[in-house]
Amino acid sequence: MKKVQFKSNYSQYFFLAPQLGILLIFLYWPIIQTFRDAFTMQDAFGFGRQFVWFDNFLFIFDDPAYLIAFKFTIIYSFVITLVTGAIGLLLAVQANNVMHGKSAYKTLLIWPYAIAPAVVGVMANYFFSERFGLLYHLFNDLWGFNWYESVFDSYIYLIIAGSWKQISANFIFFLAGLQAIQQSVIEASIIDCKSSFRRFWTITFPLLMPTTFFLIIINITYAFFDTFGIIDTTTIGAPSGETRTLVYKAYMDGFRGLDLGSAGAQSIMMMLIVLVITIFQFRYIEGKIHYN
Amino acid sequence: MIRYFSSNFSHLILLIGIFIMIIPVWLIFASSTHTASIINTQGLQFFLGDKFLENYTKVLLYEGGFFKEITALKMFLNSFLMATGVAFVSVISSLMTAYVLVYFRVKYATLLFWIIFITILVPLELRIFPTYSVMSTLNLVNSYWGLIIPISASAIATLFFRQFYKTIPDELLESAKLDGANTWRFFIDFLVPLSKTMIVAMFIFMFVFGYNQYLWPILVTSSEQYWTVVMGLKMMSGSIVNKFAFVIMSMIPPVLIIIVLQKYFIKGIFQDK
Repeated sequence: MKKVQFKSNYSQYFFLAPQLGILLIFLYWPIIQTFRDAFTMQDAFGFGRQFVWFDNFLFIFDDPAYLIAFKFTIIYSFVITLVTGAIGLLLAVQANNVMHGKSAYKTLLIWPYAIAPAVVGVMANYFFSERFGLLYHLFNDLWGFNWYESVFDSYIYLIIAGSWKQISANFIFFLAGLQAIQQSVIEASIIDCKSSFRRFWTITFPLLMPTTFFLIIINITYAFFDTFGIIDTTTIGAPSGETRTLVYKAYMDGFRGLDLGSAGAQSIMMMLIVLVITIFQFRYIEGKIHYN
Repeated sequence: MIRYFSSNFSHLILLIGIFIMIIPVWLIFASSTHTASIINTQGLQFFLGDKFLENYTKVLLYEGGFFKEITALKMFLNSFLMATGVAFVSVISSLMTAYVLVYFRVKYATLLFWIIFITILVPLELRIFPTYSVMSTLNLVNSYWGLIIPISASAIATLFFRQFYKTIPDELLESAKLDGANTWRFFIDFLVPLSKTMIVAMFIFMFVFGYNQYLWPILVTSSEQYWTVVMGLKMMSGSIVNKFAFVIMSMIPPVLIIIVLQKYFIKGIFQDK
């Protein structure tokens, strides 16, 4: 905090009012309702409400579809994080290496970041359609690819669709991280170590740790929440609900099934997962990384 | 000189990366300039056809929604209003909140900080049905405010502004106080002009965020009159080439903004002045 500040006075309420007002009405009020939904059950006609303790939670854990969605979400976020992080880092290192055309490369690589996940999904749809999809036919020739039936193939489909635009975000942040490393550190390391490959893993990569962990969080958040638009425009959960993320399943249960109790309980489970990841990041990872 | 190792290899990798980014969009664009029967019989096209004007004007002006009550042009207008609204509301409110958090000696400062920042952990997707029921209580379903406000309820920009204010030297407020500036003057005359880059960066960020919304507009608009571009894509009827054309057009606004204002965006996000 600043050493010099204004004394508390009435104008602070004016400055705080817009955001606090919006957060209280459009965020805290719905969150309170989410908790109410999660711990109550509505009768069939929607008139009465009964407090049922953890019944909604027990119900979702008994639901095999929830465990399938859980498994898919974990695998999907892990693979997306790994694939986009690795490709983003590879491209950033190369862009940091070149003498000429650095800014042109940057421009040509960052624009997919701006495209909506749902638009990416609609596009991916065209490349994986049975009728004229180029990738569908390429993979089909290679190993009989058929995402309508094979779980593995539908994973491949969603991983390609989900990674494409996220590579850009990883590229931008890794490039910024690389450019922030002091030139003198790099010069000194060249004297000590001839192999540029080893130099990268022993000097540069450890210095990139803050960026890497920031991107892990960004990528996991993306895979959890932003991929809704991709799934809803591509597989819609096919084959038989195997490719639904937790967010997608919660939405479908609430919207199609009108089961708000289950949707509320699923939302609270997601909040807990996000909370755990955040605490893990602050407590565990932040203490162990090197800052320049 | 030091960086000159294997420069050709770097160029090759980068070109492959660019190829992967551009080629899907190019194929859809090239295909959008053909007739539907060519696509249906021969698949996606690599070279341009001659139906560019015809396909694009048809989508833009005639065939839009499922019930054909809306044109793509109207959807673009809706998306633009929504994105601009989200950007304005969240940037202005965040700028003001961050000002209080950094520059005021507030009672219960820690509590205030947590009330604001814990919200980052609860994205709209996790409270979407209750938010809908709040909106319908407030009679905001099928309205522009209904599209804008829940998306603007985010403290991400506040976090960025707060970080930025903390890098401004203390002497600024000291000297402003000597000149007799009150809280309002200091905000308008000193802080806002200083944060210009950051404001533009956050504006771009929130504009793209608002434009790209998919789930919320589907839920909150039952009337086609409020459909936005991104949600309209899935709803749209019409031939395959019209869909291709719509997909291409839907990317143009956010991609253009990111490319043209790239400098501000990157400067703001990484906070180098």
